[in-house]
Amino acid sequence: MDNLLFGDNQFFGVNHMSEEKARAQSIRFQNIEAVYEVLDSAYDEGIRTFMCTTHDRVEEICNHTRANRDRYRDFLFYPCMPYAHKYANAATEDGILSAITRFMPGGIINAAIRGGTSLATKDIDGIVTLLIDSEMKMFHGLKTPVIFLQNVVTDLLLGLGMKKAFRIFADHIRTRYGAEPGFITMNMPMLLDVLEDVGVENPIVCASINKIGFRMCGGIDAYEQALRDRKFRAIAMSVFASGAIPPKEAISWVCSQPNIHSIVFGASSRSNIHSTKQIVDSLWSQRQVQPASHNAGAV
Amino acid sequence: MIRIAVVGLGKMGLSHLSMIRVHPDVQLVGVCDTSKYMLDALGKNTGIPTFTDYETLLQKATPEAVIIATPSRFHGDLVRTSIEHGLHVFCEKPFCLNWSESMSLASLADRKGLVNQVGYHYRFVGAFQEVKRLLEAGAIGTVTHVLAEAYGPVVLRPKGMSWRSKKEEGGGCLYDYAAHPVNLVNWFFGLPDSVGGSVMTSIFSKDTDDEVCGTIRYADGPSVQLSVNWSDESYRKMSTKITLWGTAGRIYADRQECQVFLRDTAQVPRGYTKGWNTRYTTDLTEPVWFYVRGEEYSAQLDYFVRGIASGKKANVNSFASAAETDHVLAMILDDAQSSAALAVPVNHRGKSALFGR
Repeated sequence: MDNLLFGDNQFFGVNHMSEEKARAQSIRFQNIEAVYEVLDSAYDEGIRTFMCTTHDRVEEICNHTRANRDRYRDFLFYPCMPYAHKYANAATEDGILSAITRFMPGGIINAAIRGGTSLATKDIDGIVTLLIDSEMKMFHGLKTPVIFLQNVVTDLLLGLGMKKAFRIFADHIRTRYGAEPGFITMNMPMLLDVLEDVGVENPIVCASINKIGFRMCGGIDAYEQALRDRKFRAIAMSVFASGAIPPKEAISWVCSQPNIHSIVFGASSRSNIHSTKQIVDSLWSQRQVQPASHNAGAV
Repeated sequence: MIRIAVVGLGKMGLSHLSMIRVHPDVQLVGVCDTSKYMLDALGKNTGIPTFTDYETLLQKATPEAVIIATPSRFHGDLVRTSIEHGLHVFCEKPFCLNWSESMSLASLADRKGLVNQVGYHYRFVGAFQEVKRLLEAGAIGTVTHVLAEAYGPVVLRPKGMSWRSKKEEGGGCLYDYAAHPVNLVNWFFGLPDSVGGSVMTSIFSKDTDDEVCGTIRYADGPSVQLSVNWSDESYRKMSTKITLWGTAGRIYADRQECQVFLRDTAQVPRGYTKGWNTRYTTDLTEPVWFYVRGEEYSAQLDYFVRGIASGKKANVNSFASAAETDHVLAMILDDAQSSAALAVPVNHRGKSALFGR
């Protein structure tokens, strides 16, 4: 994995600090050209991985990349599924079960074949794999070496105790897409226990990891310990804690933690992208390298 | 370990279940729902004991406390049964569709010394807690004018097939959305004396209201305007906000931030200055043991658990406080219905039909 990954919150009006800022970004990026411009800036700065949700607008970005293969020769997507609001809004409107069936590809016939049996026996395998395939459709023909489960779903399943779902997700991502499964979470220590329990080995886990313990459930000490001792590959997000930590201080702390393989960040201007990349590159060498066994299967 | 059961496995029920199941001081003893399908799917994949009938759950699982997240029209009966069995109760909002039932359940729970709490999670959001602190400190002087709002993209087209689109089941913008800003107004100013000019209109829904407008009056308090609309696609998700004007300044707050303008005449609280101040929820929020959609959802459940463990009687979201909100919703509904009955049609020349005959 590259050391710096580009996130998509700014493109979809997601700002955990301020609703006003979120709206300003929604307005700025409602024109898809504005999105391409920022993505191009990141790509030209050498940040070639786009970690994005499976929002409908991402399909436009996928089409754009497919139509300009030469320009985006080395572009990588790390899809994060599902786009939770799509399902949450549908669940509010029609109830949970209707929401799930609404998003199964191929409609009722297909759902009846794979999903229907699954729905009848309440074996979640069929439903999970069908929904994954539905979410992945927009990325056909594009490079997707790591595919993530979004934090709302990861953490909901984690809390409910639906451990099996993680194994089903991991297996399907590996066998059907030849990719590495990844998990986004706000509850990293707890998730690591469960992934180990169901045999998902050396997983890629993206969690909020920052100097002030913002959204690090289990406590910062538990995170530091996990990074030191557990076998997994960490991607740090929310490294600036929604703007609470100045960039250099934030990145310096993250880079001083063991086992950080990547940092995912968002930005909406070339200059911000450039300065973040500069800071990360200069501090990257100070990271502690894990023993060779922990890097097995590194992407 | 406190033995807790969850009743109702819809969107909120599952969310609460996921958080409470992994609370370090809780033992989840059972879940109950009318959908056998949902129960089986859950039980089969998690091992949680499942029940289709609440009485059976009470007998077999013997919980000490319960989280109720069923459609609103079932709240009253389930809460009463729970209290009669001596259980501490956390119930989703709105509390009861009949506010006098809310009041009676509140006093019943109090008489039995049971922890009772309703899911008005905004009272656990850092920015709104800061507003409460500022008001208690008198930061903006006497509050004169309040705008309480909630907007979101819930109903954007005529379709809708769940209980939320049926008025008598507690569906509709008033119970689902407006309850939240009203509850905040109750928290800051108590029970109002009257309401007026209440309007509830359908925009896309067939059977329920999609927008609510009205004035909430305090004889010894500010004038409050309520503006709620859940047919607004420009919002990605629900946005609840409140603006309070006082003799010494103005406060604005939403889930993310609290902006305060203090005049020269203001008694400036510690950490604030005259002029503009901004506090972000991220700075004001305490960490939680488990996070799914927001710290406030975990925090309110943790508060419930701690209340049981400590035997503390006072609760920021007690049944009594929620009954206030139910009462105000009833006042608004009543006012809106009687105004509609009195409304006279205007003829094509713009004169009221009453005078143009």
